[in-house]
Amino acid sequence: MPKQLEVRDVETHAPTLVGANTAVQTDDLHAWFDQLHALRGITLNVPERQVTAIIGPSGCGKSTFLRCLNRMHELVPSARVSGTVRVHDQDIYAPGIDPVLVRRRVGMVFQKPNPFPTMNIYDNVAAGVRLAGERDRRRLDDVVERSLRAAALWEEVKDRLRKPGTSLSGGQQQRLCIARALAVSPEVLLMDEPASALDPAATLRIEELARDLAKEITIVIVTHNMQQAARVSDVTGFFLGGQLVEFGPTNGLFTRPTDKRTEDYITGRFG
Amino acid sequence: MTRAAFARDLQQLKEGVVRMGERAGEAIHGAVEALRARDVAAAERIIAEDDAIDALHMDLEQRCMRLLATQQPMAGDLRTIASVFAITIDLERMADHAEGISRAVKRLAAEPLVKPLVDIPEMDEILQGMLRDALMALQMENADLARQTAAQDDAIDRLRNRVLHDLLEIMIHDPQTVPRALELLIVARHLERAADHVTNICERIVYIVTGELRELNV
Repeated sequence: MPKQLEVRDVETHAPTLVGANTAVQTDDLHAWFDQLHALRGITLNVPERQVTAIIGPSGCGKSTFLRCLNRMHELVPSARVSGTVRVHDQDIYAPGIDPVLVRRRVGMVFQKPNPFPTMNIYDNVAAGVRLAGERDRRRLDDVVERSLRAAALWEEVKDRLRKPGTSLSGGQQQRLCIARALAVSPEVLLMDEPASALDPAATLRIEELARDLAKEITIVIVTHNMQQAARVSDVTGFFLGGQLVEFGPTNGLFTRPTDKRTEDYITGRFG
Repeated sequence: MTRAAFARDLQQLKEGVVRMGERAGEAIHGAVEALRARDVAAAERIIAEDDAIDALHMDLEQRCMRLLATQQPMAGDLRTIASVFAITIDLERMADHAEGISRAVKRLAAEPLVKPLVDIPEMDEILQGMLRDALMALQMENADLARQTAAQDDAIDRLRNRVLHDLLEIMIHDPQTVPRALELLIVARHLERAADHVTNICERIVYIVTGELRELNV
């Protein structure tokens, strides 16, 4: 891990890493579901081309935080957001910004693999690019192969691209969903407990994949599994009660947390 | 508080380290007493007891492995278990020094000592105090006490240098004394190394408490 130090950004006071560019910057981010104040002023910088893990007990706001980073939170009726989210310096909540384009730049993978049930493997991966208007067969073929390779699935499916996506195993389906997300060349990939429905071997493949992908894109992963956060991430944030309690290099946070609440949570004293 | 069983296991692990530490300390003290009393039988008992201390070491190591494998410890718990691993190695080496002193006692048994035993028992006394304080610092998770304990290592080093100086003079004046003088030097060296192990233990205690791993008393 090249980044060892945590400092505060001189302007925003957001926790950030020395030497890392910022991919996503949130400033005083609040989110509500109706009256429920789910996020209470999150200010942090997600470093570029690193894996950032978000941990915390159920209801701490970590998934809500993730969904605010690509404007999926607002898809829930009665949901509201305030504050700023910048993706590579662009305010994604600014007037005139198309949320569909935001979601192309900031892709998402969910807890349960959700390949489009009526589509075959090829079409699942090509769906997003087709939606963006691409019709050229050769270019589509390239995107599908590149995405499946990046998702470490190509070798397993290259001879059965016309089989339904749902015919794959759970772990393969999740990698198919990752390939689908990668097909539109996102800058950031959000992963919401991407391995919690998978067996240990499939889980490790997803973790290795996240590490590999971070060479090219920025990954933010929400996980209940602290060992997974410790294995896979460069930076970890601990959320509690909708607030960011601690944010720093993963190695330090899991061996020497600075906040007693972090220590209590990661050692299993609560939560 | 959840994970009560794990917390109990960790506590028992520390208690096991304290017991092992007491045994190692008793072995060293017993070896120095055997030297003073020229008691070969006592020295042989201490040599034989080393196996029992090795067994304690293995038991603690296995308990650490089991907790690592089954509890996935983090933060302070992880530091404690990793440190117990390291501390038990230091204690096992201390017991080896007790064995080394006891072997010197056997080799010296047939001949008179080249000088009265003054500094070596004093080294032992300081060492016993250091070990006692280090084990207390571990139980109380007291980093200040650990640091203060490590600082006493200087006194042991000074005494060891005095022993060296005195024995050199004796050897220069009477080369016939060299083999016996070297045995006493070996004993002083064992005690000095044992104190270094206590310093290592203190470093681990500071790490358990603060998360900072750095050498003390360099």
